[in-house]
Amino acid sequence: MDFPSADFPPTAATPRVLVIGAGVTGLVAATVLAERGARVSVIHRPDPAGRASHFAGGMLAPWCEAADASPAVAAEGEASIPWWQARFAGTHRAGSLVLASPRDQGELDRFARRTARHQALDAAAVAALEPDLAGRFPRGLFFPEEAHLDPRAALAALADRLAARSATIGEGEAESFPDDGFDHVLDCRGHAAAPDWPALRGVRGEMLLLRCPEVTLARPVRLLHPRIPLYIVPRGGGIFMVGATMVESADRRPVTARAAMELLNAAYALHPAFAEAEILEMGSNIRPALPDNLPDLRREGRVLRLNGMYRHGFLLAPALAERAAALLLGRSATMASLPAASPKKGEA
Amino acid sequence: MLVYGTELRSRLLLGTAQYPSPAVLAEAVRASGAEVVTVSLRREGVAGGGQGFWQLVRDLGVRVLPNTAGCHTVKEAVTTARMAREVFSTPWIKLEVIGEDDTLQPDVFGLVEAARILSAEGFQVFPYTTDDLVVAGRLLDAGCQVLMPWGAPIGSGRGINNPYALRSLRAHFPNVPLVVDAGIGLPSHAAQAMELGYDAVLLNTAVARAGDPVRMARAMARAVEAGRLAFEADPMEARDMAAPSSPVIGMPVFGA
Repeated sequence: MDFPSADFPPTAATPRVLVIGAGVTGLVAATVLAERGARVSVIHRPDPAGRASHFAGGMLAPWCEAADASPAVAAEGEASIPWWQARFAGTHRAGSLVLASPRDQGELDRFARRTARHQALDAAAVAALEPDLAGRFPRGLFFPEEAHLDPRAALAALADRLAARSATIGEGEAESFPDDGFDHVLDCRGHAAAPDWPALRGVRGEMLLLRCPEVTLARPVRLLHPRIPLYIVPRGGGIFMVGATMVESADRRPVTARAAMELLNAAYALHPAFAEAEILEMGSNIRPALPDNLPDLRREGRVLRLNGMYRHGFLLAPALAERAAALLLGRSATMASLPAASPKKGEA
Repeated sequence: MLVYGTELRSRLLLGTAQYPSPAVLAEAVRASGAEVVTVSLRREGVAGGGQGFWQLVRDLGVRVLPNTAGCHTVKEAVTTARMAREVFSTPWIKLEVIGEDDTLQPDVFGLVEAARILSAEGFQVFPYTTDDLVVAGRLLDAGCQVLMPWGAPIGSGRGINNPYALRSLRAHFPNVPLVVDAGIGLPSHAAQAMELGYDAVLLNTAVARAGDPVRMARAMARAVEAGRLAFEADPMEARDMAAPSSPVIGMPVFGA
């Protein structure tokens, strides 16, 4: 690893920040810091498949998420849509569609009551939005303002932007990194930081990538179910991401048969043509979560830790990165900030 | 309520699944006054990775009743129970043997068999069963000292589907602690179970999936208490006054 520390000694005008972790939290934070003039170095572990972001759905769905999440998620997540649109051309603002099987229509009513900024659709309106789903669902909910992106492509785009701003990104372990030369360290390691943040726990998620050229969807579809709510996100080129389970476990085993069945069932329930899909990938990883399932910042000396994105990394990373940048660079955030940090409930 | 020699003051038992967050779960448990929470080992903690969540549950400071949710066979249920005893250091086990995947209806045959095995191993078994009277008797024969019949299928929130059957269980087993487990959707359902003379109510989804779980936990606690007080107060019988019981000829007319 070669960081240009010798060439440009740090000055007060250009603070140097080491970001640990190149998942969505780390790369978004690095981007925000670099845009504010900091000289940023990112170090990360070698394997991209070790990152939770690699398996994310990539839905920018603040209003849908409000069905089960704290209102802060919707309030802070909204700004992520223009943030990603400005930085990643593959951000599609085509809305989200929420459907339920005829038996589970009650779930749709519950979802509608708990959320805002949606339109009720009848069968014809569902078909008008997604012609391939014509005749399959009696009604649905449409959240026209929501967006989606391909997480892997989006993170690659951020890495390119960082490189263009002379930020360095390299492999390495935090422990082995030389301690000198940086004004600040921003720890964005996700669940790997659990030893340094005891309240962090892992929430396992499992997902599939399918190729099914017979089906075309323009937007993510959420399929409500009393026990196993799942979603399908079109990645383009006939590829779909089906996710994601939520298991209170930090187990990193491969996808279980049960999870695969549930995910495949969801795809099949959406459209029977998914029975003929190729399974391109089955993946699992660990969401880092704090007791209130909301992200938080914690300062320990020179190190600022940003963690706990849970299932909202792409949605909340921009807002939290702005807050981290304001703390590190001493300037006010340009985006709405989360309420002042307070001790988390249930945290020692 | 006395179960397996343990005195419980609260007659509300809470499940720990499906809450918006562990922080909300903790608040809901406090608001409910529950002294016992159930926790699933199988779904939540594959291969021991559930330590983080289990620790949060232990930190609630209430008694943990581990369950075998998600087990479909006697063997799975017995293995999970043994694991639970290690993880939570308790002989208590809420025994679930699922017979049908969609409704999560208990396989009562497997349930009786697993109850027999576990009771013989020293477990104190809380069987999740249907409202079938004969199965209840078999579970007691197998060594269970508490019965947990359903009100309705798990997570359905339909309330008490068959009050007659639950009344019958209560009448046949006046000295066995009986807990309505599953199917409760509203405080009125919980109160009804208690009015039938049940010793306690165990619920999860009704609180966890409410828009405000903490408020609903409080509502359930009060409903359980109200239903219990009503049962102890010996409520009046409903009377049918739609049909007059005596002729109304010669109604006295005063004045005018």
